[in-house]
Amino acid sequence: MVDSRLQIEKPEIKERGPLWDVLRRLSKRTTAMMGLVIVVIFLLMALFAPLLAPHDPFEHSLAHKLASPTWDYPLGRDELGRCILSRIIYGARVSLLIGSIVISIGILIGVPIGVASAYFGGKVDFFVQRFVDTMLAFPGILLALLLIAMLGVGLHNVMIAVGISTIPIYARLARSSVLAIKARQYVEAARSIGSSHLRIILQHLIPNSLSPIIVQSTLHMATAILWAAGLGFLGLGVSPPTAEWGAMLNGGRLYIRVAYHVATFPGVMIFVTVLGFNLLGDGLRDALDPRLKT
Amino acid sequence: MIPVILGISLIIFTVVRVIPGDPAYILAGPHATQEQMDQIRAQLGLDKHPVTQYFIFLKHLFQGDLGTSTRTGLPVIREIMTRFPNTLVLALASILLATVFGVTIGIIAGVKQNSKFDYLSMLVALLGLSMPVFWLGLMLMLLFSIQLGWFPAVGADSLKHIVLPAITLGANSTAIIARMTRSSMLEVIRLDYIRTARAKGLAEKVVISRHALKNALIPVVTVIGLQTGTLLGGAVLTEIVFAWPGIGRLLVEAILSRDYPVVQGVVLLIATVFIFVNLIVDILYSYLDPRIRYH
Repeated sequence: MVDSRLQIEKPEIKERGPLWDVLRRLSKRTTAMMGLVIVVIFLLMALFAPLLAPHDPFEHSLAHKLASPTWDYPLGRDELGRCILSRIIYGARVSLLIGSIVISIGILIGVPIGVASAYFGGKVDFFVQRFVDTMLAFPGILLALLLIAMLGVGLHNVMIAVGISTIPIYARLARSSVLAIKARQYVEAARSIGSSHLRIILQHLIPNSLSPIIVQSTLHMATAILWAAGLGFLGLGVSPPTAEWGAMLNGGRLYIRVAYHVATFPGVMIFVTVLGFNLLGDGLRDALDPRLKT
Repeated sequence: MIPVILGISLIIFTVVRVIPGDPAYILAGPHATQEQMDQIRAQLGLDKHPVTQYFIFLKHLFQGDLGTSTRTGLPVIREIMTRFPNTLVLALASILLATVFGVTIGIIAGVKQNSKFDYLSMLVALLGLSMPVFWLGLMLMLLFSIQLGWFPAVGADSLKHIVLPAITLGANSTAIIARMTRSSMLEVIRLDYIRTARAKGLAEKVVISRHALKNALIPVVTVIGLQTGTLLGGAVLTEIVFAWPGIGRLLVEAILSRDYPVVQGVVLLIATVFIFVNLIVDILYSYLDPRIRYH
């Protein structure tokens, strides 16, 4: 009797699936949950910007330029008299777009390169890895700056440039995951029953190497937003009327002596959003792979 | 090291030449005739085979010739050399700051794990990791130069000028180094030889400073090396905020005015310095941990 009851209970737990399991582990960590809350708020801001923004983010009024915060304009107005709060809310859209595109470029190009490099090994691996080494030798934001120099300034080019500079990181990550999985028995089994290379890669290697890539992309969202804001701050990103946090900060920089709020609030937004993705990424790493716990 | 530098020069060379935007067209302007463009192309050597062009580029590189700035007409090498010392000073000040504070905080947090200091410093470190450099710079400027008047806001004329830019640039690295030192310390402190050292009655200070620290610092050295590169990259933003006349600002100015030879030169220089620093780190490794030599 007891045995059969145990057997009935088991599948019930299993049905909840790995996602539920990750969420359960995530919920135990306060910092990770804080990160999740910040990220969710950020996503809601981006999705429902037109509903949330109190004013039109592009409506300017030179009579009210640099006006201090009031009840109507809680974060004040910028150098063209536009509502800073509304612009920050709309700015979340740009940041979300940049982050998503950058990560998609990194994953869609980097992961196949890394997987192929590890799976085929030998000369392919050698040359791919030397190329990855060289790309990684460009410190930080430098490769992105070089690419922007050549592609020209603008939002699209910022996304392409930052995206390309994350490719080597994903390639390296996917390679090391696959190298570990490649030697497992189920891969050998798949090969021995005559599965094609493509089938082994798509069905076994990629799904099983996903968790470090998920962690990395969450953390990368933070980096992508930070870099894109930095490039916007340098005046290399979006073209003027678009509300982008880095560009807003750059606009407010010149007026820091007379109107601190113009540069302060967009910066707070970048800071909090990046913090959110970092906290969530750290939490996910602990939840998905307890061995990596720092 | 040499192959990586060659690889970098190849990537820079390819990126500068392959991606849209004909340098001859940019130099000559939209109203130039085909003849004028051909002439500029011949002058720049753009009519030769790309492989030949790359070898000419390399040959010039080894002769210290990085071309001429299209904006000022001065040799790129001279443009860079007048600015580079400023960036170097700033980067060194920042890494020094980050190392001293990061390692100290990391050690204390690690030794006193789960104490108030540990929680507080790791919270601050986490905040430091997510802080946009350019925003931190502006906030420091707002507080310490505009409100309090302690430090000058912009320029690079005296020792006082370097304080705010160095803190700005070093903040991120301080956080990373502190976190790394702490976790490395925690790992080492649980090992048997530390227990042995304690068991034989050594003072806790000696155990930490002589026994634990030396081994705990090995991974920290790598992080410091990697941070130096990030600092040189991050210097771009800091230099813009504080109007610091370094190569970061030169790079941004060059990008905005499409001055390709300068962009090429600055990127090549920063990447080379980064590789060089990492080579030094590798050498330091074997000094800190003689076991590595035999691997």
